[in-house]
Amino acid sequence: MKKNWPLWEIFVRSKNGLEHRHFGSLHASDAEMALENARDVYTRRNEGVSIWVVESKNITASNPDDNGELFEPAQDKVYRHPTFYELPDDVKHM
Amino acid sequence: MNNNLYNYILGVADNSLILAQRLGELCGHGPTLETDIALTNISLDLLGQTRSYYQYAAKIKGEDATEDSIAFLRLEREYKNVLLVEQPNTHFGFVIARQFLFDVYHYMIMQQLQNSKDLNLAAIANKGIKEVSYHKRFSSDWVKRLGDGTSESNQKIQEAIDALWRFTDELFDILEADQKMINEGVAVDVSKLKAAYYEEVSEVLKEANIQIPESKYFTRGGKKGIHSEHMGYLLADLQYMQRTYPNMTW
Repeated sequence: MKKNWPLWEIFVRSKNGLEHRHFGSLHASDAEMALENARDVYTRRNEGVSIWVVESKNITASNPDDNGELFEPAQDKVYRHPTFYELPDDVKHM
Repeated sequence: MNNNLYNYILGVADNSLILAQRLGELCGHGPTLETDIALTNISLDLLGQTRSYYQYAAKIKGEDATEDSIAFLRLEREYKNVLLVEQPNTHFGFVIARQFLFDVYHYMIMQQLQNSKDLNLAAIANKGIKEVSYHKRFSSDWVKRLGDGTSESNQKIQEAIDALWRFTDELFDILEADQKMINEGVAVDVSKLKAAYYEEVSEVLKEANIQIPESKYFTRGGKKGIHSEHMGYLLADLQYMQRTYPNMTW
């Protein structure tokens, strides 16, 4: 039975004000069951206030083979971090 | 000691204890990891409710009664759970059908028990109703999935509903102790829930493409301590440690 159930990615928001974070994945026959399963598997110890479920096949992922052209060019461009500015003392909370 | 109140509490609590034990048997044996955890969660919810009831019952009983002595050291005839909850797990369709037929009933009781004049019972019901509400959602959804799924799943859930239907009428029986507690505004008058129960159950079954059994043959007895042949085996499992090693703790 289980091998027929699609895979779902589970995102849980642990507190109001925080963003949903990826918690893991599980099997379910449909979205409603995925929600219930996620509730039981991932929030039984009071971990969350909101759950999103997304069927895994709907996620388009980057190909690890492309990591060279996608990510390596950024490695030697530290000047893209905004760390070369002097912040005036009056600017707080940066 | 208020005997009627004590007996009434056990009548409510024993249903949860015995069903929790049945679901606990599935720990590590559920059909999938997800349903395994879900069913064990439900088992633990029920066990938590049972503890609150038994702690209260132990206080009423006094002497050296504890929640543990009430749970583990009674004889079969002293358990007051309905026959439905002690029925074996047979297959997943039975687990879901038993859960569903109980959850609809359980939710109705909890809803009313919140208004009990006994504040302890009202508080336990108030705390437990959210759990029970989820149990009902879980089991109703599964009834619909199985009923409206493949022809094999439909046939299995139908078989389970057919087999367990004869235990549903007992849910609405009222014992002498219950009647006295109803008169005092403490207990829920379950006889008044019957029509609404069958209506709600039938609605879900219809949606699930499951035939509503027409049989008018019903079995009863659990509430009076007359249990089915499965109960002895269940209690042997449940009580083994305390019987073999009295007062043993973890």
